[in-house]
Amino acid sequence: MTAGRTRKLKEWGLAYLLLLPALVVFAIFTFYPFLKNFKLALYQNPPYPGLPSHYVGLHQVGSVLSSTQFHQSLISTLLYVLMVVPVGLLGGLLLALAAHRAIRGMAWFRLIFSSTVVTSVAVAAVVFGTLMDPVVGLFPWLGVNPHPAILQNPTWALPAVSLIAVWQFLGLSFVIMTAGLQSLPEEILEAARLDGAGGWAMFWRVTVPLLSPTLFFGLVVGTIYAFQSFGQIDILIGPQNSQFTHTDVLLYAVYQALSIKNDPGVAAVLSIVLFAILLVFTLAQLRFLERRVTYAGD
Amino acid sequence: MARVNFDGVSKSFGGTLAVDDLNLEVHDGELLVLLGPSGCGKTTALRMVAGLEDPSSGTVSIGDTVVNDVEPKDRDVAMVFQSYALYPHMTLRRNIEFPLRQQRVTTEERDRRVEEAATTLGLTDLLERKPGQLSGGQRQRVALARAIVRDPQVFLMDEPLSNLDATLRIQTRADIVSLQRRLGTTTIYVTHDQVEAMTMGHRIAVMRGGRLQQVAAPQDLYEHPANTFVASFLGSPGMNLIPATVDGASATVYGTTVELPAALGRVPPGPVTLGVRPEAASLAPTGIPASVTLVEQLGAETHVICSLADATRVVVRQGHQAARPDLGEAVTILIDPDHLHAFDAATGERVGAGR
Repeated sequence: MTAGRTRKLKEWGLAYLLLLPALVVFAIFTFYPFLKNFKLALYQNPPYPGLPSHYVGLHQVGSVLSSTQFHQSLISTLLYVLMVVPVGLLGGLLLALAAHRAIRGMAWFRLIFSSTVVTSVAVAAVVFGTLMDPVVGLFPWLGVNPHPAILQNPTWALPAVSLIAVWQFLGLSFVIMTAGLQSLPEEILEAARLDGAGGWAMFWRVTVPLLSPTLFFGLVVGTIYAFQSFGQIDILIGPQNSQFTHTDVLLYAVYQALSIKNDPGVAAVLSIVLFAILLVFTLAQLRFLERRVTYAGD
Repeated sequence: MARVNFDGVSKSFGGTLAVDDLNLEVHDGELLVLLGPSGCGKTTALRMVAGLEDPSSGTVSIGDTVVNDVEPKDRDVAMVFQSYALYPHMTLRRNIEFPLRQQRVTTEERDRRVEEAATTLGLTDLLERKPGQLSGGQRQRVALARAIVRDPQVFLMDEPLSNLDATLRIQTRADIVSLQRRLGTTTIYVTHDQVEAMTMGHRIAVMRGGRLQQVAAPQDLYEHPANTFVASFLGSPGMNLIPATVDGASATVYGTTVELPAALGRVPPGPVTLGVRPEAASLAPTGIPASVTLVEQLGAETHVICSLADATRVVVRQGHQAARPDLGEAVTILIDPDHLHAFDAATGERVGAGR
């Protein structure tokens, strides 16, 4: 017994020793900032630089959460996610279906479809920014002249920015969906063909249910991706215009509070809200959607 | 119900010829087994009937209709796959009624037929479960139910038993046979297991390397193999093949003279391959000299595996009460001349007539 216990202890010791490097990195760069953030939320910044910040308890949290600016930011974020995720997933699925056949040269299409994964946000933003430019862009070329320009327009700026996010997410979505399609059990699809399923029944009654683990994974990844969009807004809209064009999504509001207004307390409150929303979303997805997912081999 | 015809059917994948000029008629109501080792083209042949592969040349017909250009769903065939291919997200009821829903059969009719199929296969109590909650044998029965519920012209079965354990396989084998005999539906059954083929088929078509070797009733195939491949593929263990030289009415095997029976007919002189079933060979005081390399006891019988002078393997089947030789022991093998087969030494084709 004793020998067994000693061996067990040794095994545990070794396990923790091997985990140690990862734990140290996580502790310094994730756990400590995560906890520190909660503390920051309780301290209000001084009105003038150089003075110490002081403890205000939940007062700051209350005032941030009740501000119109926060409400606007929250609405923009949700609208943005609602525009980016479904369109990105559906587009990726359609591209994957189109490319899921044995045709010569299909490898090139796959490469093109998935290329947005490796395009940097900055490059994509500059290209789309040029296309949307009121002087040299696509609109004057088409003979249309929206006023104010798309990216300065309170109605159209958010859809325009989400279009770029959709485009950028398409590559990843396509890769995920292609992987999902390729792992579908061939014999089940063949059985469905023999059982008389036409194109529509095949897609809705067989392909989509079999693909449900992939769709679910794509939904989780896409939601987190959309909540974390930053680059295209910063490059195309910028801190001066983001509030007025309703494009200051939560993450961008965090950045503005911290870097532009130099207010770590408010930034901390906003980032906690963002964290809470993502947590709730992910848990809800796991709770309600995963039950409807059928894993192959079940 | 209908017959199925292959007329000069070939199928190549890239440069590989999977099925080579197949001519075969499956009779109405028959259970025909396509038998052969893996890669022999039997599954490809089956999939061409289903419409899952298109023939490179030749025609496949079901009944009087050439189906080369008919969509799989319009061929009125049902297929049972090795992996069962059930829809994992649907209950058994949904699985079984899926083909009927696609045909827009009325709800009452559908319920009646699902109930009937489920009763036939003993699945009535499981209808609201999903495939994931079932054992392999139950899943295979669901796959069969989904096939019979359609009342198709032809059943296609692609190694349906190979994922089951041995006991269940024998049970399900018998179930499929009695089901087929009762429904009388033309069935093409693909397997590499010669015991399955022997026990299930009205006739067996043996394939090798994409070419049809022989089609015959199981016992006929066993007693009159057309070539050395069929001879050695059927039977467990297969037929022993022994090189010999024929001179007139006798053959010389490793210095031992074996009289050829008159029933074998005229065998041309020169080198031949003699075929001897393990049960037609015995250990005797005189005969062909050999040494024992392995003794396998199977309870009711014993297989004595011997090696001739040039390492040719000969299996002798004995009753369990016969004296067991030791490993390495020098023995002599006596061949029952009445059960001798002769094959061309070069081509492996059968020569002579008798059994």
